[in-house]
Formats: sequence, C-alpha cells, structure tokens
Amino acid sequence: MRKKFVVGCFEDEKVLFPAVKNVRKEGYKIHDIYTPFPVHGLDHAMGLRETSIHTVGFIFGLTGTSIAVGGMGWIFTTDWPLNIGGKPHFPLPAFIPITFELTVLLSAISMVYTFCWLCQLMPGVKKHHFHPRATDDLMVMVIECTAKSNEGEIQNFLQSNGAIEISVQEAEAGWWYGRYDKEQKLYRAEELGY
Amino acid sequence: MSLLKYESQLREPLVDGDKNYHQITEDIIGPIEAKPGNLWRMGLVISICLLIFGVYSVYREVDYGIGQWNLNHTIGWGWDITNFVWWIGIGHAGTLISAILLLFRQGWRTGVNRAAEAMTIFAVMCAGQFPIFHMGRVWVGFYVMPYPNSRGPLWPNFNSALLWDVFAVSTYFTVSLLFWYTGLLPDLATVRDRAKTKFRKFFYGLASFGWTGSTKHWQRHESLSLVLAGLATPLVLSVHTIVSMDFATSVIPGWHTTIFPPYFVAGAIFSGFAMVQSLLIITRKVLHLEDYITVGHIEAMNKVIVLTGSIVGIAYLTELFIAWYSQNPYEWWAFRQNRVNIFSPYGWAYYGMMFCNVVSPQMFWSKKLRRNITFTFFLAVLVNIGMWFERFVIIVTSIYRDYLPSSWSTYYSPSIWEIGFYLGTFGLFFTCYFIFAKYFPVIAVAEIKAILKTSGENYKKKMSDTEKLDSEKFYIEEVAHAH
Repeated sequence: MRKKFVVGCFEDEKVLFPAVKNVRKEGYKIHDIYTPFPVHGLDHAMGLRETSIHTVGFIFGLTGTSIAVGGMGWIFTTDWPLNIGGKPHFPLPAFIPITFELTVLLSAISMVYTFCWLCQLMPGVKKHHFHPRATDDLMVMVIECTAKSNEGEIQNFLQSNGAIEISVQEAEAGWWYGRYDKEQKLYRAEELGY
Repeated sequence: MSLLKYESQLREPLVDGDKNYHQITEDIIGPIEAKPGNLWRMGLVISICLLIFGVYSVYREVDYGIGQWNLNHTIGWGWDITNFVWWIGIGHAGTLISAILLLFRQGWRTGVNRAAEAMTIFAVMCAGQFPIFHMGRVWVGFYVMPYPNSRGPLWPNFNSALLWDVFAVSTYFTVSLLFWYTGLLPDLATVRDRAKTKFRKFFYGLASFGWTGSTKHWQRHESLSLVLAGLATPLVLSVHTIVSMDFATSVIPGWHTTIFPPYFVAGAIFSGFAMVQSLLIITRKVLHLEDYITVGHIEAMNKVIVLTGSIVGIAYLTELFIAWYSQNPYEWWAFRQNRVNIFSPYGWAYYGMMFCNVVSPQMFWSKKLRRNITFTFFLAVLVNIGMWFERFVIIVTSIYRDYLPSSWSTYYSPSIWEIGFYLGTFGLFFTCYFIFAKYFPVIAVAEIKAILKTSGENYKKKMSDTEKLDSEKFYIEEVAHAH
C-alpha cells in the first residue's frame, strides 16, 4: 500500500535514543527505524514486542526428535525387523546420534525459513529503501503520516531532535517482486495525481 | 537495555585506527568493488587446474573402480579416509568461532568469524567427497538414505556409526550454511546499496533477499543467531564425536578406545584454527584488513591452538599409557611395534605427528612468538601437516598389521590418482575461497560496526576520562541515562 512518510536520518545512537523517546511521547507513529547494524535496545525503545522465533525452533526441534525416534523405531521393530548381531530391535542409545542430528536440522531449517517468511526475505523480493546509507552508516527513522498529521511539523520536530537529513517520501510500504538493477514504476501517474 | 559503551583500556582494541561506520564499510566492501589483481587471478587459475586434475582422478576411480587406488584387503582405509577426517576436522573451527565464541561473548570473534565459517563450509564440501567416492559404486550412493524403497524395503542400519556420519556431516553442512548465509544477508545488502554497476545491483540484490535493516528484522536476526549458535555448539562437538565413533565402535587395536571422542574434537579444533590462521594471515595482508584482523586476534587464536594442542598431546600419551596398562597384547603391539618403534615402516609418521602436534605448538606459551605473524603462519602449516599425520597414523598403523600375521600388508603408498583426488579437494577448497574472498565481505561488516564504539581504538582512547570518574558519577553518566 502506498503511504506518505517523513524520513529523518541520525548519525549517532546517543542522539537516536532520546529522539525515539520523544517521537513516541509526541504520539507520532514510527513506521520503522532502519539501521546498518543491530542497535541493542532499540526494539525496546520503540516498544516492539519480543520475538518468539525461538518457539518455532523448539516446536520443530521436537518434531525432529519424534520423527527420528518414531521412524527408526517403526522401521526396526515393525516394518522390517532385522537381526543385527543379536542386538535389540529398539536400541535407544544407538538411536541418539541420528535423533540429535535430526532435532538440530529441523530446528535450524524451520527457524531460518520462519525468519525469512516473517521478514519477507527471498531472492527476487524488493522493497522501498528510504535511504541508501541505511545499510552503511545512518540510522533512518521513518514516521508514517496519517490523514491528520502535519508534515512540516514532523520535519521540524525531527530536526530539533538531532536528525541530520530529513525528507518526505511517498512509497510502497510492503514488498514486491522486482530487480534491484531496474527502477520500477509501481503506480500509474494518474494514481499519484501528477 | 543498556547504552553502556565502556570497556576497560586494559583490553586490547579489536578495531585499530581512526574508524567510523562509513570507514568500516569502505575498508571491507572496497576490495569487492575493485578490479581483481593478478595475484588473485593466478591463484584462481592454479586452484582450478588442481580441481580439474582432481575431477579426472575421481573419474578414473569411478570408471575403473577402487583398484585405481593402492588400497588392499588389509588397508581398506588409506589416504581417502585420512583426508576425509582431516578436512572435516578443519571444518570445525568456523562454527566453533561463530557459535561457541558467540555464546561465550568473545568480542574478537567478529573479526574472523565470516572467513572462518566460509572456510568451514568449503572444508566440509571437500570432506564429503571422500566417503562418497570411497563407496566405489557411487551411483548407488543414495542407498544410505532411509526412504521406503522397492528393495525390500531395505533400510540402512541405524546401529552403524558410518550411517550416523552421513546424518552428522550433512546436518553440519546444512546448519553451517544457514548460519553463514543469514549472517551474510545484511552485509550483502550493504554491497547492494553501494553498487554502481548494473550487474552488481542485480546480483547482490538477488543475494541479499531484499534486506532493509529494519529494527524488527534485526531483533529477529539477533534471536535467530543466538539460537542457531546454541544449536550449532553441541552440533560441532557431535560431528567429530561421531567421526571418531567410526573408529571407536570397531574392534581394531588402536581404534577401540573410549578416549576417541574428546581426543578427536580437540584435534579438530586444533587443526581448524591452524587452517584459519594460515588463510587469514594471507587474506588480511592481501585485502589490507590489518586493522580488523589485528595481531590481538591472531594471538587469541594462538591461545586456542596451544590449549587444544596440549589436550591432543595428553590424549596421545594417555592412549599410549592405556595400551600398556591394559595388558591387551594386540593393543600394546599396535602401539609398541606399529607406532612407537621408529624402525617400523610407519615409525616416521608417528614421530612426525608427535613433533608437529605436541612439541611445536608449545612454542606458543611465549607471548612474543604468539604475536609473531610469520612464525604463526609457519607453525599453523606445521600443525596442519601434523594433523594429517595423526589421521594417517591412526588409520594405517592400526590396520596394516593386526591380529593375523598372514594378512599383514606390504608397505602402503598411495597411487597417483589417490594423491590427485586429495589435490583436487585443495583445488575445490581454494577455488571456493578465492571466489568468496573476492565477491563476498570477508569480515562481518555489521558485527564490526556493532562493537566499534566499545572496542575501536579511537573510541577506547576517549574512555580514559571515564576511567577517572568515581563510581557514583560513572553510574550517572554512563549507566543511568541509558534506562
């Protein structure tokens, strides 16, 4: 969906944190903050909830455990019981290595897949980038404009909070299939009102 | 939450020089955007030549059978399995650095983890070739996979350590690859956003999966890395444990010992770190990354080498002692006659191993030598040679003369195609490494930026004022405002 944003860039975390606090106090809606590296504590400052991606890992890890123990047990006791040197048909200690490996494997794959799913990451996915230096050295705070908000006011507010570069951008908030070597027109001109 | 950026000046800086966020990007991404040098082209061509020779050697083996190798009925595992264990051991350092050191909160891992993980992945790729082609009839290699089939169904034997190996190595490869690539995403996005050429925009656009650097994404990314590290830590230990069980679950004298799992794991970390050293010492020089992979980093890794080297040394002596103490004539024969006896056919291998793995790393107790780059490089190569000898000693000296003198083998030396296969994996490894070092960020850019303000040299200098504060003032200025 196309939306209007006010974008403020910060150079230093020490300036960014109080700014985030003030912006939230003022009641503006932070769309997102793009940073070149994980700024610890920023998620709390923005009021984001904790991620529960590890739960996915746990559930799929347990799935791996059950598949391994259940699968090997079923094969050796029910499907085709073989006499291997007179060993028991359900030798649990001998099943441990494969059980462990499958637990880890399923857990890891499912977590990475979920991570990509939740963050909309995939080869061929393209998103609007508010500032090219957001992956280099700037922390880019993006405030979403609502029908009631006054852009000029937000810009002044960001400036007084230490933003070094401020702009107003109209952009697609979600993702789409695209290539980074091509500029794409997502909307027709009349839709934008030109 | 804390914004605390204080770290004692007693700790060596992890990033040297006057750096800021942008400078870090320039230093690490810069070489990707430059034209490849002649040295790089030459290296790549040599690697590809080796790879081609390796592919031909493997073709000979597949076409004519295992007879192309000098293996016989007594020595069924010669160079081939030696090389497998050697490569898989080398492949342990990367995940150890990125996973275990992440859990231990070792800041210095950030400078070396990316390259070490890449090395891990390439080493495991090389390792995998050996057991696969040792099967002889590789075209039925998929029989090791348990799936309902029309052959009975004939399932693999889940009691077998060799089957555990299949699961362990493939899981290890997959998890390492996922771990490495999720870490790469943000850095590839940095390359993409700086890209000037059409191809680079397209390629890195595709490779970075559309990463933006959103705070929510970073939060998930951090959580993912932490849990993957937690999973990968026991995984690293399990892989070489299981490799050691290939030997320890058999009844061959010299193999049938309970000390093997910890002994193998320590040896794997030992050889892995040695390989990381030899690669990074060259990489940092060629790509001018001395500020990020500092002498401090090299020293830290040398400390790991001396620790694991000493563990390996103790393991050698323990198994020797136990062989005598057990009073098992076959076990004692394997050690006394096949290994320790310097005049036995493979005595040279045993003493070579002892010198390279036990004696030489002890030099690293000296701080001066630990911080000497040329010496470190030389010693790292020596350790890798020694670790190759270790696997050769374990495999060949245990089986070439065992219970029945009538089945004792004559002297085993590899055929040219066995050597070619080994050289070919060097080709594969270095081809991959050259491509990685040129087209991917060899240092985790985002992670270096995250530690810059605590461990950068220029920021550390500013901390001397903080160190003079009394505790109350320190709290007010450095801690309280962060909450």
